[in-house]
Amino acid sequence: MDTVSSESLAPGTGPPAEAVKAIPVRHPGRWVAAAVVVLLAASAAYAVATSPELHWDVVANWFFSSRITDGLWRTIELTVIAMAIGIVLGIILAVMRLSPNPVVSGASWLYIWFFRGTPVLVQLLFWFNIQLLFTSFAIGIPFGGPSVWSISTNTLISTFTAAILGLGLNEAAYMAEIVRAGILSVDQGQTEASQALGMTRLQTMRRIVLPQAMRVIIPPTGNETISMLKSSSLASVITFTELLGAAELIYSVNFKTIELLIVASIWYLIVTSVLTIGQYYLERRFARGSMRELPITPLQRLRKLLFTFHAPPPAPPLLPPGQLGGPR
Amino acid sequence: MTVTAMVQAEAVHKSFGRLRVLNGIDLSVAPKEVMCLIGPSGSGKSTFLRCINHLDKIDGGRLWVDGELVGYRQSGDKLYELREREVCRKRSEIGMVFQRFNLFPHMTALENVIEAPLLVRSESRSTALERARTLLDRVGLADKIDCYPNQLSGGQQQRVAIARALAMQPKLMLFDEPTSALDPELVGEVLDVMRNLAESGMTMIVVTHEMGFAREVADAVVFMDAGAVVEVGAPRDVLLNPQHERTRSFLSKVL
Repeated sequence: MDTVSSESLAPGTGPPAEAVKAIPVRHPGRWVAAAVVVLLAASAAYAVATSPELHWDVVANWFFSSRITDGLWRTIELTVIAMAIGIVLGIILAVMRLSPNPVVSGASWLYIWFFRGTPVLVQLLFWFNIQLLFTSFAIGIPFGGPSVWSISTNTLISTFTAAILGLGLNEAAYMAEIVRAGILSVDQGQTEASQALGMTRLQTMRRIVLPQAMRVIIPPTGNETISMLKSSSLASVITFTELLGAAELIYSVNFKTIELLIVASIWYLIVTSVLTIGQYYLERRFARGSMRELPITPLQRLRKLLFTFHAPPPAPPLLPPGQLGGPR
Repeated sequence: MTVTAMVQAEAVHKSFGRLRVLNGIDLSVAPKEVMCLIGPSGSGKSTFLRCINHLDKIDGGRLWVDGELVGYRQSGDKLYELREREVCRKRSEIGMVFQRFNLFPHMTALENVIEAPLLVRSESRSTALERARTLLDRVGLADKIDCYPNQLSGGQQQRVAIARALAMQPKLMLFDEPTSALDPELVGEVLDVMRNLAESGMTMIVVTHEMGFAREVADAVVFMDAGAVVEVGAPRDVLLNPQHERTRSFLSKVL
């Protein structure tokens, strides 16, 4: 029988029969590491915040200036349009890549090879300088035939169009691979079931395969959007005044370089955070049917966390008296 | 010939690369007949089933469904491959149930059932919904219509899959090992639905390892091996009194 043996323990010093109160294992290393990290972070924050060269009032003054917010809107505009082009063209390229027609899939392969294989900055500069290659753009008979309508390249390709083309066409190459991976992740049985019901290839793709592929496509697309928001700053190189370009123009006059870079960085962080939240809810929406219960939202998690903090710790398992195994 | 056979196969051949899967299949399934295909795995049963609704293309021979060639149009002595639209229209008249259910996981049971009638047949939503509810009720899932497939057991999923196929009002139902992926205790509920369907007069071709079902429900049992039909006959004859050594040795292992 499991009874506390009284021989090996002095009377009254044995553990109470109701509960085990063990002293948890100490982790001194964790405390040291945490202390070092906090110290480093605090000193860095202190150094930045109290630097006499850094004027936070300048940051505050420029933060909502119309030149900065105009730049911010142009950044957002550029990101949205370039991503839209990237996603639409990416889906088309992905479907082309999976086509049984070798010319069609080959063309898609070639596109991806080219646009993924050259730096996006080079592509931006290329579109910006396109008028050096073609002075005008015309619609008519190809291979040197007469043209019906023509427009000078300089009028057609503004810096904004050049930025959109450079970023959007480059993005399409990456999106194509993401979409293709998503399509391939959908079980072959889904296509067979749709075909057996009499759906065409297009109907199957639109109604059955793509909605399921979305679950795989959305997380990397969120990444790409955030990445696009930041790479849109490359457009400042081709004189497009988006957020970074606007900041650069201002500090080239007043020499408050760090302050204005901080202004731009804070805005980038704010928009990125908003995008991250949006991505979370979008993923949740497309998880329908793949999880029995949808994951809780951050708000629900916060509520749960607060609740569990206030709740008493879980009671230890109660053992009937005399059943507790003491040292024998 | 008095009645057009629902399915008529003449010397059907099919190869995957250099592997010959079907090696001259001759079979005939009459309307309202229930035919069970049995045989070892790799004998070509499932491939033959998939050829009937043109999920796989045949390489040789002829295959008719309800008097029409599958996947081709004959004009004079030449065969023309059918366009996608035509293939889809014919497929929509043949229901198919898969071993692994293949329900659409992003749709509820009800949405699974109404999807094809809405998309392929352009039926009105109310008509499709009404028939879907009737069918789900018929397979015993009236209380599960708003569940997603992963909230259902295997047997329930397979019954939704049967309702989904029936929603297209097919003239022929193909079952590809419908109970092989199920827990033993869930097999019965699916077989019950299939038995009722057979009693209602549906033409069915069933690839199965359920010898009990074949014996009770089938009008004909076909034993296939190595891409060829070894033996065809009434279930009683094929299952209890097989004429061929190959059939005998197979049945001695599964019964």
